[in-house]
Amino acid sequence: MAGVLATERTLPGFSFENCKRNSTLLQQGFKPPTAQKTGTTIVGIVYRDGVILGADTRATEGSTVADKNCSKIHFLADNIYCCGAGTAADTEMTTMTIMSQLELHRLNTGRPVRVSTAKQLLKQLLFRYQGHIGAALVVGGVDVTGPLLYSIHPHGSSECLPFTTMGSGSLAAMTVLESSWKPDLTEEEGKVIVRNAIAAGIFNDLGSGSNVDVCIIRKGSVDYIRPFDIANLKGQKQNNYRFRRGTTGVLSTRIIPLVTESEEIKKTEVESMDTSA
Amino acid sequence: MAMPRSYGGLSDYRTVPAPSFSPYSENGGSVVAVAGDDFAIIASDTRLSTGFQIYTRNQSKLFKLSDKTILGSTGCWCDVLSLTRLVQTRIKMYQYDHNKVMSTPAVAQMLSVLLYYKRFFPYYVANILAGIDDNGKGVVYSYDPIGHHESSKFRAGGTAGALLQPLLDNQLGMLNQENVQDKTYTLEKAHAIVKDVFISAAERDIFTGDRISINIITKDGIREDSFELRKD
Repeated sequence: MAGVLATERTLPGFSFENCKRNSTLLQQGFKPPTAQKTGTTIVGIVYRDGVILGADTRATEGSTVADKNCSKIHFLADNIYCCGAGTAADTEMTTMTIMSQLELHRLNTGRPVRVSTAKQLLKQLLFRYQGHIGAALVVGGVDVTGPLLYSIHPHGSSECLPFTTMGSGSLAAMTVLESSWKPDLTEEEGKVIVRNAIAAGIFNDLGSGSNVDVCIIRKGSVDYIRPFDIANLKGQKQNNYRFRRGTTGVLSTRIIPLVTESEEIKKTEVESMDTSA
Repeated sequence: MAMPRSYGGLSDYRTVPAPSFSPYSENGGSVVAVAGDDFAIIASDTRLSTGFQIYTRNQSKLFKLSDKTILGSTGCWCDVLSLTRLVQTRIKMYQYDHNKVMSTPAVAQMLSVLLYYKRFFPYYVANILAGIDDNGKGVVYSYDPIGHHESSKFRAGGTAGALLQPLLDNQLGMLNQENVQDKTYTLEKAHAIVKDVFISAAERDIFTGDRISINIITKDGIREDSFELRKD
């Protein structure tokens, strides 16, 4: 049975029950907690046999690095992946809800889902929330129509492009893509361009950093390489910082003996797995 | 958050942009200083930035004031430049007036006065002053933007100041440790710890990185050193 605090069934969609209270608190000078933003560099390109997605791995909370190796390339379907920039929770939750909707769609239709379906579901969800869901996405995949790449903005607009980038490092990454992308790239050429574009973001944008993740989607196969490249090595410490035994003081010690009240030995048969079906 | 995209159309002529000039900017960077019995070490990173952009990876925030005194300044870079130029001029004036080089404690007091003079339009600067005093002993002074200062054995300031200081407290001050026999430190140990705390700060503070520039002050003069940090 559910209690008063945890109701048995919640209404679908977001809960807005604290909105009025929070705006009152805001007027009285309360500073609300801030969400974790992924100041990010994400890119996607189309190459000869598919698409390549790339992302950095830094998550920030204001000026501090919250996660040094987070994953920003999300799974949507077997043939579709999605890079996320913006508010970390929003990119995570939107891609997860759309992932399950796409799986239901695949089960209903009995066909692999199309990239444009993923794009449409994502942009309709984002448009419904008028930009309050802070997710900037690069969706890439291969379907029956071939390789496809979309970028979707937080307000719900989208475009289909041969190469695209998003996040705070998008300007740095775009300089690389604009100068080196060309039609009909090989996979090796494509990987190098994606790496260089992400590295440009990592080094020139303070919101991006650490490693390069890459995801290659071909017709019928996917290579998710994490990390693809460790762009930054951690510095080597000069000293040893192991604390000597006894550094933490012991204030008091009490030993509670274990008393055996009774002893019983039970034998259990090993269950074999049912493999008849 | 990104602005809503629009496909052409008239801009809203009724909206008048509010005057929003801000005289201060945050250009990042961190400084660490350590005083020993006969030396002082002061180090700063060399990244100068604004927002998510890097201006340069090669700008030391240390200013040599004399053979015995170095000032480390971070914060609003234009204020750093104005303030350090003023301090350097006033040190020259002192020298010409009194025919002697200003001592580190005297510079420390003067800096406080210069900062408090701008009490109601402050220099947006975090200052740490390091040097050796008239007896050859290492000294470190740290400041708030309006002239409050205190003398200490070691101090961290700037954007990663709150990350660096606890490490110094623990590793140089031996704080929160039981059964510590030796609370002294050599120049070599302090030098290594300064490098190591910057490695840690560069891991977590986005405004600290690229390289550190280190100055070691002894009675024989100032020795310079440099150490690479991560560049992302």
